[in-house]
Amino acid sequence: MLEIKNINVFYGDLQVLWDVSFQVEPGEIVALIGANGAGKSTTLRTISGLLRPKSGEVTLDGQPLHSLEPYDLITLGIAHVPEARRLFVEMTVEENLDMGSLRGPAKLKRKETKEMVFSLFPRLSERRRQQSGTLSGGEQQMLAIGRGLMGLPKVIMFDEPSLGLAPILVGEIFEIIKRIREEGKTVLIVEQNVRQTLAIADRAYVLETGKVTMAGKGRDMLNDEHVKAAYLGV
Amino acid sequence: MNKKYIPFILIGALLVLPQLGLSSYVLHILILALMWATAGMAWNLLGGYCGQVSFGHAAFFGMGAYCAGLLAHHYDITPWLGFLVSVPVVAALALVMGFIVLRLRGPYFVLATLAIGELLRIIAENLVDLTQGNLGVLIRRTWVDKDPYYYVILALALGTYFLIQRIMASRWGYYFVAIREDQDAAESLGINTTLYKTIALAISAVITGFTGAFYMNYMGYIDPQIVFSLGDISIVMIMVVMVGGVATPLGPWVGAVIMVILAEWIRSLPVIGTGYQTLFGILLIVIIIFLPNGLVGDLPKIKRFFKKEVPA
Repeated sequence: MLEIKNINVFYGDLQVLWDVSFQVEPGEIVALIGANGAGKSTTLRTISGLLRPKSGEVTLDGQPLHSLEPYDLITLGIAHVPEARRLFVEMTVEENLDMGSLRGPAKLKRKETKEMVFSLFPRLSERRRQQSGTLSGGEQQMLAIGRGLMGLPKVIMFDEPSLGLAPILVGEIFEIIKRIREEGKTVLIVEQNVRQTLAIADRAYVLETGKVTMAGKGRDMLNDEHVKAAYLGV
Repeated sequence: MNKKYIPFILIGALLVLPQLGLSSYVLHILILALMWATAGMAWNLLGGYCGQVSFGHAAFFGMGAYCAGLLAHHYDITPWLGFLVSVPVVAALALVMGFIVLRLRGPYFVLATLAIGELLRIIAENLVDLTQGNLGVLIRRTWVDKDPYYYVILALALGTYFLIQRIMASRWGYYFVAIREDQDAAESLGINTTLYKTIALAISAVITGFTGAFYMNYMGYIDPQIVFSLGDISIVMIMVVMVGGVATPLGPWVGAVIMVILAEWIRSLPVIGTGYQTLFGILLIVIIIFLPNGLVGDLPKIKRFFKKEVPA
């Protein structure tokens, strides 16, 4: 479905991704794990079109994405829930959700999708007229996810959804990601919280200093000696 | 009293003001305040709502002023036609400028706009055949009386106010705010940020050009140092908005009144009057530290401050 083939990405002259390749099949949860600075967010930003690969390609159902403008990608069914949530803090909860459905079919189905998001996150429904900057961290993350879902994506990408959240909320967010997959979405997730991510991921790739160094099933990786030593601290 | 009548009362008051037998000096102050309010609202659209802080709006102000002045000077056409002519000229300048600067972000954007403002001043100084360089352009004013100028600038100010209110309540308004708050997120959600920044810049520029054209008509004399001035135009526009309240509808009005009165007052003081720009700089620092959202934006904070002063 989503295929990343040998991408090389640079910040100026500095190369951050080296021949990165992986693919995500329909209905899967695929995780990219790795340390700080390994290039996980860079990979997602490249898929979103916010960065351009110097070589290699990104395709969705065979259609190349890397030559499109980032603002057109959402109409093809890719949503990006960015790191640190990046909400429009001076807009209300509902306005933020509306901003997630500006284009294409998502715009026509805005009302139904919003009801779906509110049923997934009842707390957002209660606070729909509240300024999003005044929400708690967990609620903001829910809103960021909701905003991503508003675009009716086929593939939804999460960048560090557990960042800065209390452990109990982290569990809740991972449960929600599982539910989103059950509703037929394909998920690509980038996380530093390796243990919980591997527990929900079908497959995972390990990214180290800009290169894919391992690939495998989520469960298998949890028992892998290298992963254990490097990322699970056991 | 019902709150919804307040705008009508204010507009009514503004309409009858010149009929109260005010001195010509007071009327001059009011005209300047309205002009700066208009320019401030124009700057606010791009800098406040859309988050693109420009230090080069004198480029548009000067361009509008020269459109009006040169028509009268070279062709003996009424300088009021400058308003009409300035629209395509200033919009074209905004598009060229946008093409260069809107791909830049943060401090790079600020510096690029500043450079373009200065560039236009230098061009105007040197295209002597067209602009008469530093000699400036002198035209015959249409009216001796100040009243008609007051009503022209009042109409422009009110028109600008309602236009910007309309824009900000529309789809475009949401896009502008989204761009200010997070450009990458806006882009990922399907907003062509370059396009909408260009729209904000073009509208802001054309309105600023109008204030320049008005300035030419009202003052009757311009030169490049005046209308393309970094310190007296570009930065004053920013100060009007900062003092009044960034991204607030009424902020530029409040800021304009305060800045115009303050400028007149400080300049009239002996000795320190010549250093009024220094004093403006100090004022800006104080505002940024204590009232970062301006007088309108930080109104609740100001109220709280004064409440504390009153003993219980």
